[in-house]
Amino acid sequence: MHDIQFTVNGHPEHATVASTLTLLDLLRDRLALTGTKEGCGIGECGACTVLLDGNPIASCLMLAVEADGHAIETIEGESVGGELSVLQQAFIDEGATQCGFCTPGMIMSARGLLNRTPHPSREEIVEAIAGNLCRCTGYEAIVAAIQLAATRLSQDTDSGATKKGGKS
Amino acid sequence: MTRELSYVGKPVARADAVDKVTGSAQYTHDLCLPGMLHTALVLSPHASARIISVNTEDAENLRGVRAVLTGKGLCYQLGLYMQDKCILARDVVRYQGEAVVAIAADTLDIAKAACQLVKVTYEAQPSVFDPREAMEESTHLVHPDLHTYDHMEGVFFPKAHTNIAHHQKVRKGSFDQAFEDADVKITESFYNPPVQHAPMETHASVAQALPGKRMEIWTSSQSPYTVRHLMSTCFGLPHANVRVHVPYVGGGFGGKAGLGLEPLAYVLSRAAGGRPVKVAATREQEFNTLPSRQGLHSTIKIAAANNGKIIALKSTYVWDAGAYADYGVNIGRAAGYAGAGPYSIDNCWIDSFVVYTNKIFGTAYRGFGHLEILWGIERAMDVMARKLGMDPAEFRRRNLLKDGDKTITGEAFTPGHGNPQQCLESVAEAIEWGTPSSPSSEPYKVRGKGLAMLHKAPAMPTYTSCAVIIKLDEDGGGDILVSGVDYGQGTYTVLRQIAAEELRIPVEKIHITWECDTAFSPYDWQTVASRFAYMGGNAVIEAAADCLHQIRAVAAQALDVSPDDLECEDGSVYPKKQPDRAIAYSQLTLGYTFANGNSIGGPIIGHGRFIATGLTHLDPDTGQGLPAQYWTYGAHAVEIEVDTQTGEIEVLTIVTALDAGKVLNPKLCIGQVVGGVVQGLGSALWEGFVFDEKGRFLNAGFVDYKIPTAKDIPHHTQQILLENPQPGGPYGARGVAEHPMISVPSAIGNALYDALGIEFTTLPLNYERILTRIREKAETS
Repeated sequence: MHDIQFTVNGHPEHATVASTLTLLDLLRDRLALTGTKEGCGIGECGACTVLLDGNPIASCLMLAVEADGHAIETIEGESVGGELSVLQQAFIDEGATQCGFCTPGMIMSARGLLNRTPHPSREEIVEAIAGNLCRCTGYEAIVAAIQLAATRLSQDTDSGATKKGGKS
Repeated sequence: MTRELSYVGKPVARADAVDKVTGSAQYTHDLCLPGMLHTALVLSPHASARIISVNTEDAENLRGVRAVLTGKGLCYQLGLYMQDKCILARDVVRYQGEAVVAIAADTLDIAKAACQLVKVTYEAQPSVFDPREAMEESTHLVHPDLHTYDHMEGVFFPKAHTNIAHHQKVRKGSFDQAFEDADVKITESFYNPPVQHAPMETHASVAQALPGKRMEIWTSSQSPYTVRHLMSTCFGLPHANVRVHVPYVGGGFGGKAGLGLEPLAYVLSRAAGGRPVKVAATREQEFNTLPSRQGLHSTIKIAAANNGKIIALKSTYVWDAGAYADYGVNIGRAAGYAGAGPYSIDNCWIDSFVVYTNKIFGTAYRGFGHLEILWGIERAMDVMARKLGMDPAEFRRRNLLKDGDKTITGEAFTPGHGNPQQCLESVAEAIEWGTPSSPSSEPYKVRGKGLAMLHKAPAMPTYTSCAVIIKLDEDGGGDILVSGVDYGQGTYTVLRQIAAEELRIPVEKIHITWECDTAFSPYDWQTVASRFAYMGGNAVIEAAADCLHQIRAVAAQALDVSPDDLECEDGSVYPKKQPDRAIAYSQLTLGYTFANGNSIGGPIIGHGRFIATGLTHLDPDTGQGLPAQYWTYGAHAVEIEVDTQTGEIEVLTIVTALDAGKVLNPKLCIGQVVGGVVQGLGSALWEGFVFDEKGRFLNAGFVDYKIPTAKDIPHHTQQILLENPQPGGPYGARGVAEHPMISVPSAIGNALYDALGIEFTTLPLNYERILTRIREKAETS
């Protein structure tokens, strides 16, 4: 067993975990953060995507012990104070969710992209979500949602407006 | 004067979106009950074998193991249309991947470890993998006891002592003579491999056996009441003792219709002393243990006159049902009555055989057999057009069903059916049909255009029905109770729009709870066949009318006028021309109170229902009758670019036209079309199961079985939604959710011929297949 310390959505956490426990199971089973989904458990589908120090990773492929000392962000941290983020609102506005099972992972991949590339091209968006499988939407609305979020966020930044529930 | 619609036809945002983008939507996978056990399975490594012995002693002795089950003690026969399934393999295994032992334990890790301790001894048996061979006499029988199985009598016709689970016949006119006499004839054969639905949430069920012969189930299912009914009849419990919850469902596409893992979860719970048990499929099990789409071998003969009129058509469909045909038989039936495409054909002969083999079994999948049969039909139409020297669009134009024609089962085609011709013309115009593709910028890439028609009706029992309850709230809003499931199609949003429109209140004040619960939600057959918005929509209209009737009755007393003189608008009711006397619904929904305190009325609850009308069983010998509540027609046109050095297809454009009757929500409707087209692209270009010579499944995962990713979407898609109203449909609407997927492969296959001059008859149209044929052609020319 290993003692680990890390943060989840900014909150400090401490856990004693077996060597074999995945980060996904730690989040879902131990911390009850079930917004992160398991679609395959072997890194093929992207449903379990979370951010590790701001970068998207497949949490099913990472051991919990590897999270020691790192900052984890999950879908539960995406909206602040009950207010949807710009990205979440864009997903709603573009109709980018159907069954919704891929949506948390999809949003976290998009969040990772916007963290490092605030003005992504269409190709960069497609590349960023190429590892997130969706069987319902045909992806067009998802790509459009991420474009819309990027546009709205840059407008907010350009106008110097206070971000409303949104992260940059 | 027609009132302008406030909500129906508008792009109202889906009601479930906030739960889904925040991760707060709870799926069966997310469910954790106190004391819940987890399940792991031992699967058969053989496609066909006798189970000689199963030793579970070591597994049972592992700490934390609470129940170990084999098929031996589970003498149940299960199924919706054909009761040919068992909960766990009993005596024999019929496909590689079939569950043989199930173990429930405190944790999943313990259950998996226990599975490693189970020793199963098998004795190899003969096997059969090709359904055409399986139809021959003296072949291995996958179900020697087929003649004893219960099935829906008068609808399905299993052939005793064969592998044929169902034979659907359609006979119209006299095919042989007409074919003999015709000017131009073709015979072509086609193949579709089995494929996977690949919902992002795999199958998952939680069940708890409760004292007093009761059970409670939470399940990722399209069919709460069908699950309840089948569990009740299978285990001999009163229906009311079986309670089924369906929380959010992470995709279905047909694969979660009927029964899934619920019986296994229940028997494990029973064996574990009533602790709740979760059974959740791994992704690999989703591929090789749970059902798929059936494979299909089709042979199509068409005869036409020189003027392009089809004289006769004969189709033989041989469905690869796999090891069980519970649902597959109904796909075989649909392939019969829909088996000639959307064309007017006087002489028609169709045989649709659903045949057992030793492979993973099939079930419903979006399109319900129509993508498969139209792969053949719509490719064959192009072959025939070329043989006639006629443009493929013109050839279709001359044969599409039109007012006054009869379908192959004798149904009169009317304007109320929608307009297939308009679908064709719409996509032809959008793709600039008749204008050759502009050349690619690369000399080794060639372009081509193709088009294909599609049609489909809901495949459902003649008595299919559903009910809706609307409870009005204190604030004058309402809650809709239904048990059809919205697993992403958007039906709940559409039902809210209809209720708001009918009740004349803002759509924001109408709610639907995202958990079906058979204890509270009224009956719905199951959520399949693109019929929920149609049937549920009609039931909502009736339930809303019931609410308004009650509102008027109370308001009439309160206002001392006749109910007929009352008008309802904007959440209030008032005497005609006296809007100043309006009473808000909120003052009526729980009962009206006069100034002196006297009260009348009471809580208002409206009830609506709908049942399919006029449908008949099909004649067993001729297939004549009325199988369809409505038909939906459509067409796709595509332009593709083929890399002749790699065999890669790039889809430049897909234009889709569907006659929706009435578009209830354009945003959600287009979402269905785009998603369906891309799913159809998967069937066209990449997807197909691969088995080795021993029937072992070789590509049971997303690395080896590729579904479309964000990188694979067409450069350009266009959706054309026609609105030729459906009589009897809510606001004239008919179902459209499955249809976009159908005939996408056919249109691409036709475009491939245009680009390469090569006839493709087998799916998927992957690089390897295309490049091989390009090289063959280069060598022979």
